Amino acid sequence: MTSDNSKMKTIRTTFARALLAGLALAAPFPAARARDAATLPQDAAKPCGTVTVAVASDLTHAMNEIAANFEKATGCAVRLSMGSSGNFLTQIENVAPFDVFFSADIAYPKKLEAEGLAATGSTYLYAIGKIVLWARNDSRIDITKGLEGLRDPSVRKISIANPEHAPYGRAAEEALRQSGVYDSVKDRLVLGENISQAAEFVESGNADAGILALSIALAPGVVEKGRYWNIPEQFYAPIQQGVVVVRASPNPQGARQLLDYIKMPETAALLERYGFVLPAKIPTRGKP
Amino acid sequence: MNWQAITLSLKLAVCVAGILLAAGLPIAYWVTFSRWRWKFLVEAVVALPLVLPPTVLGYYILVGLGPRHFAGRVWESLFGHTLPFTFGGLLVASVLYSLPFAVQPISAGFEGVDRRLIEASWTLGASRLATFFRVILPLSAAGAVTGIVLSFAHTIGEFGVVLMVGGNIPGVTRTVSIDIYDQVQAANYDVANRTALVLLVFSFLVLTAIYATNRRALSIWRRP
Repeated sequence: MTSDNSKMKTIRTTFARALLAGLALAAPFPAARARDAATLPQDAAKPCGTVTVAVASDLTHAMNEIAANFEKATGCAVRLSMGSSGNFLTQIENVAPFDVFFSADIAYPKKLEAEGLAATGSTYLYAIGKIVLWARNDSRIDITKGLEGLRDPSVRKISIANPEHAPYGRAAEEALRQSGVYDSVKDRLVLGENISQAAEFVESGNADAGILALSIALAPGVVEKGRYWNIPEQFYAPIQQGVVVVRASPNPQGARQLLDYIKMPETAALLERYGFVLPAKIPTRGKP
Repeated sequence: MNWQAITLSLKLAVCVAGILLAAGLPIAYWVTFSRWRWKFLVEAVVALPLVLPPTVLGYYILVGLGPRHFAGRVWESLFGHTLPFTFGGLLVASVLYSLPFAVQPISAGFEGVDRRLIEASWTLGASRLATFFRVILPLSAAGAVTGIVLSFAHTIGEFGVVLMVGGNIPGVTRTVSIDIYDQVQAANYDVANRTALVLLVFSFLVLTAIYATNRRALSIWRRP
């Protein structure tokens, strides 16, 4: 009987171990691909401390450079979290400790302001995003045919960001509809959680073509891998990108400093270099 | 509420549990009774998914088995498509990911069978296969049930791998956990709430049913 008991115990411990391991694995998958731009010590000598920034993933590459410049110019430290705008909206609505939120869609900062969760009047239109059709260099797809070329059945998977919550996904879907190819491609669409994931799907060759942000197509590491075709702007509503200071910001002063820095001409020039259109240069069209 | 996603998750979980029952029994048998000196290597490989983050598995499926790499091209020539963005892809990922959840409890069950009974069966002329099905398996059924239920439940709850390689295609790879994530991102809290509640109640009922019908063997709460 004793041996039976000890065996039962083995079963139990194994089971308990498996269960514990299972519970550990079930821990929530990090919703945003949080990443420290630089591992900066929380230096007391720095005048404005650390600014924690939520960044829409289309801005990843530009923001890494802006943050480095900002740190040099002001002595502040910047911590960047990259992710999808929709996810950050939810997190900030649930009091995530961000100071500044760079959204790919200005509607989100406006919503936060309306809800009293962002500093009143701090929403600022920093850039307009553009979308492009992108394919790898070794792909046989002729992207110069534009969206029409996607009708070709040899294009088996087309990657876009999720239109339900990603601004670039919404623009991609709209462009596909406007150009009349949506019905012929809709069963071949794969949806990235955000625009970076959509890029990863097509960059890794798993999707044959993708509708990406121009800022991603121009990013180092991507630009040399493929070619892109500009999707005419009349096919989609402008992707207005907004930044806002979070009301519950642990470092409101640093947040304001970063906001001011974004408005400076050299930062605007940098954004332009990364494929964004500057608000001042946008011809006014029906849209607000 | 997205019933399509719920059905898809159930379908995936049933397939995974079925495959892991078929594959888990021989693997667990070998792991339990083999005397090969390098056996621990196999044990370590089987247990890997307990430790590895889902992102690692997702990364290998997306990149290693993508069309840019040899293994991916071999797969593509065999099946006509690569793994990401397909139900088959999710199935392969989930089977790998849930393997230890099936093998470990089954193996623990086998270990619990009195060795003398197995040897008695052999001396009485029963073949190894007959002994397995008529002595070992009936005496360790609880372990097998635990393994199957855990792999089923683990698949329902899977998220990271599916997010990485699924491509979120409705009816094909948009599982219920992904659906909830999407609803939360789109700030549709009502829908997210309802689906989450259905999942919570469902999981609770499944586990309750298992514990109620299989008290002794599955109880991890009571000491002997």
